[in-house]
Amino acid sequence: MSVEGNGHNNHPEYDFKWCPGCGDFGVRRALEGAISEYNTKLEQTIDKTVIVAGIGCSGNLVHLVEGPQPYGIHGIHGRTLPIAFGIKMIRPELNVIVTAGDGDFLSIGAEHIAPQASRNLDITVVIMDNGVYGLTKGQSSPTTVLGEITSSTPYGKFEMPLSPLDLYLTYGVTFIASGYSSKPKDLTKLMVKGMEHPGFSIIQVQSPCTTYNDTYAVLKGNLKLGIEPGIFEVPQDHDVTDKYAASKLVNSGKIPIGVIYERTDIPTLEDRINIVRAKTESKDIEQLLAPYVI
Amino acid sequence: MRFSGEGGQGVVTASDMLARAGASVGYHVQTFATFPSQILGGPTWTQTRLSVNLVLSPGDYLDVLVAFNNDAFEEHKSEVQQDGVILYNSSEFTPAFDGLAIGLPLKELAKEAGDPRAANMVILGALSKLVDMPLKYFEDFVRSRFIGRQAIIESNIKGLSLGNTNVNADEFHIGALVEPKKSKETLVFLKGNDALSLGAMQAGLDFYAGYPISPATPILVFMQKNLLGPGKFAYQVSSEIESINAILGAGYAGKKAMTATAGPGLSLMSEGIGLAWMAEIPCVIIDVQRGGPATGLPTKTEQSDLTAAIHPAHGDVTIPVIAPGTVEECFYAMIDALNWAEKSQCPVILLSDHSLAERSQDFVKPDLSKINIDERLIYKGSNGYNRYEAKGISPMPIPGNPGAYIANGSEHDYVGDTTHKGSHHIHMTERRFSKLKLLDSYPYERLNRSQSVALMPWGGSKGSALEAYNLLKKESIEISWYYTMYLNPLSSDLIHELQKKDLVLVPELNYQGQFSSILRSEGIKAESITQYTGLPFKVKDLVKIISERIETHKKEIVV
Repeated sequence: MSVEGNGHNNHPEYDFKWCPGCGDFGVRRALEGAISEYNTKLEQTIDKTVIVAGIGCSGNLVHLVEGPQPYGIHGIHGRTLPIAFGIKMIRPELNVIVTAGDGDFLSIGAEHIAPQASRNLDITVVIMDNGVYGLTKGQSSPTTVLGEITSSTPYGKFEMPLSPLDLYLTYGVTFIASGYSSKPKDLTKLMVKGMEHPGFSIIQVQSPCTTYNDTYAVLKGNLKLGIEPGIFEVPQDHDVTDKYAASKLVNSGKIPIGVIYERTDIPTLEDRINIVRAKTESKDIEQLLAPYVI
Repeated sequence: MRFSGEGGQGVVTASDMLARAGASVGYHVQTFATFPSQILGGPTWTQTRLSVNLVLSPGDYLDVLVAFNNDAFEEHKSEVQQDGVILYNSSEFTPAFDGLAIGLPLKELAKEAGDPRAANMVILGALSKLVDMPLKYFEDFVRSRFIGRQAIIESNIKGLSLGNTNVNADEFHIGALVEPKKSKETLVFLKGNDALSLGAMQAGLDFYAGYPISPATPILVFMQKNLLGPGKFAYQVSSEIESINAILGAGYAGKKAMTATAGPGLSLMSEGIGLAWMAEIPCVIIDVQRGGPATGLPTKTEQSDLTAAIHPAHGDVTIPVIAPGTVEECFYAMIDALNWAEKSQCPVILLSDHSLAERSQDFVKPDLSKINIDERLIYKGSNGYNRYEAKGISPMPIPGNPGAYIANGSEHDYVGDTTHKGSHHIHMTERRFSKLKLLDSYPYERLNRSQSVALMPWGGSKGSALEAYNLLKKESIEISWYYTMYLNPLSSDLIHELQKKDLVLVPELNYQGQFSSILRSEGIKAESITQYTGLPFKVKDLVKIISERIETHKKEIVV
């Protein structure tokens, strides 16, 4: 098979590794599958894909993609959405994907979620939620549970954990899905749906950190230890257009896995801009200078 | 002539009409304005200076003060020159003044004209008599401005006429203006912010993201209205942090992108500017300086962001800076800034200031056919490309085409993957700095170069400094003149020339003397003339300080 895209498949000089068992491996595999499936459907090369990565373990995904290489920006902490906004609004034909962690996206970068949701920017966001700052060696994050002892919360975390899915619903994100890194095939399906969705899509993925916050047992459950699974499949009869039903799902005390909410009847920002573009005549520089001529 | 009163009293309109009517008949004009930081009311003043010669500065003294209320009169009376005239609104107050003051019952006369908003026309009618400017200039202007709105034209022309007949000019004579000469060339008359906006359009701007902030907001407003064609996009985003990251996203995606802000926004953009430098992404940031730090003086002028503009981010970085000094230069500097970003594949800062942004000046309409527009080097090969391998600038792959790479804010290898190897950090650091050499050797102004003492202003202080230079020359005080708007990198020829001077005087509106400190770091004997009042330099102050400094310098040499 010929290699499609710029060939630097093994990243020979790249000196970063995820820990063994890290959930991000599964997310990467799922994303590779989703990009490939989406591009095959659209019959386009991977050059049309841009991954905008946050800072932290999750952001390194952009360097670890195997096979054909997409374009990428590995920017600064918390600013994936503004960068993605600039790329998408000037090059709407590109498939723009944001990958970030719970710290990057929901703490330092949280201010950028509401504006993109209001605009219904047509991009796909994949959040790797491990409930901890891993790369800085185990500090509490917005999704760390109350009372958890971490290196920065030696007496237990004082804050209630954020409910990201609830937050996205409140902000009016038009496609909200929840996934689990240990189910990469299901995750690929959710990601493709997100890419196909006309508007702002977020896939919140439970992606445990084996070193600082190993939640595999909590998520999967362990009957021997008497731990009930922390996740459940979204019921088949769930109406994804029903915000109240979605709200009930995300507030059930456990984490639903599947598509939570989807609205396809809301125009994207580009749709709205194009309506104005069609009605407005753009002026050349001579026309713009005319009112100032004396 | 200064118009002063309460915001909303027609102060701005009157001054604006005088300026435009004057410019339309062939006077050179410069206006200056300062506003309170509030929506309605508050003390506002704006002034217009007309001359048959080029108007370099706002002017030191007032020939005419129009005071709409007593507070305005008290605030500005000391600046009226001997033989100057105060024109006041006698419907509101009677000033206690020994000099020449003439009252007009604006409220009653405007009512008689048929429109309470015509008070400013009454003033202009009176002014036309006081300075012997034919009333026809204003009447023609009113007719062309309000085409098709007959009622407004009639009340305004009646207002002009009432002002003209009700002012008794016998006792007052401030001297007739010299008959204007209409230029053979087509002229434009506009503000600094408009010139920046138009320059950006001419340079082929594709993307604008901005957040409202004084005094840069008019650029956002212009772009939202006009940058809308196919493939073009302007947007009010949620913060300056979003602005900078959005424009670097667009720059990475292959487009010309820009934002405009003031000091507080520049501070917020710091990390993003560093990313654009590190990942080598073209974009342009306009900083319309105001008083700082923090919220500072939002509606006053200062030149105190130079250090921040040259070193806006942490780490080993310096950003190219262009600082225009006149409204005309704003237009061309903006084109240069976008060209520089494309040429050097890095962020560029254009440094304007409040006094430039809010000042209107006339200049020859740009000959668009002579303007050079630069485009970045684009990678057009197949896959297998190492974007960051070359020692200097290299073609940039554009998403959607072969040559995918990662634009990385962490130190990286040839394809953009993160690395901590010393050899790569050396390679990339030297590669980034090497691009500044592409921007050296831009032109600079030089007059009377044989003198050992030089005057070298920068940015918006250029006009006052040039007027001071001309006056000094008339008084046979010899000094060299140097000026450039390309502040970083400074032309190496210019540096060499300045290094030979005994003294370089730098008028600049900040406390620390930011530009002279940069010149000293280049081994130039530079010294600042500082002012931090929130207002531009007065020419008389500069003349006094410069001539005194030259005297003490002569004594230093003798000793």
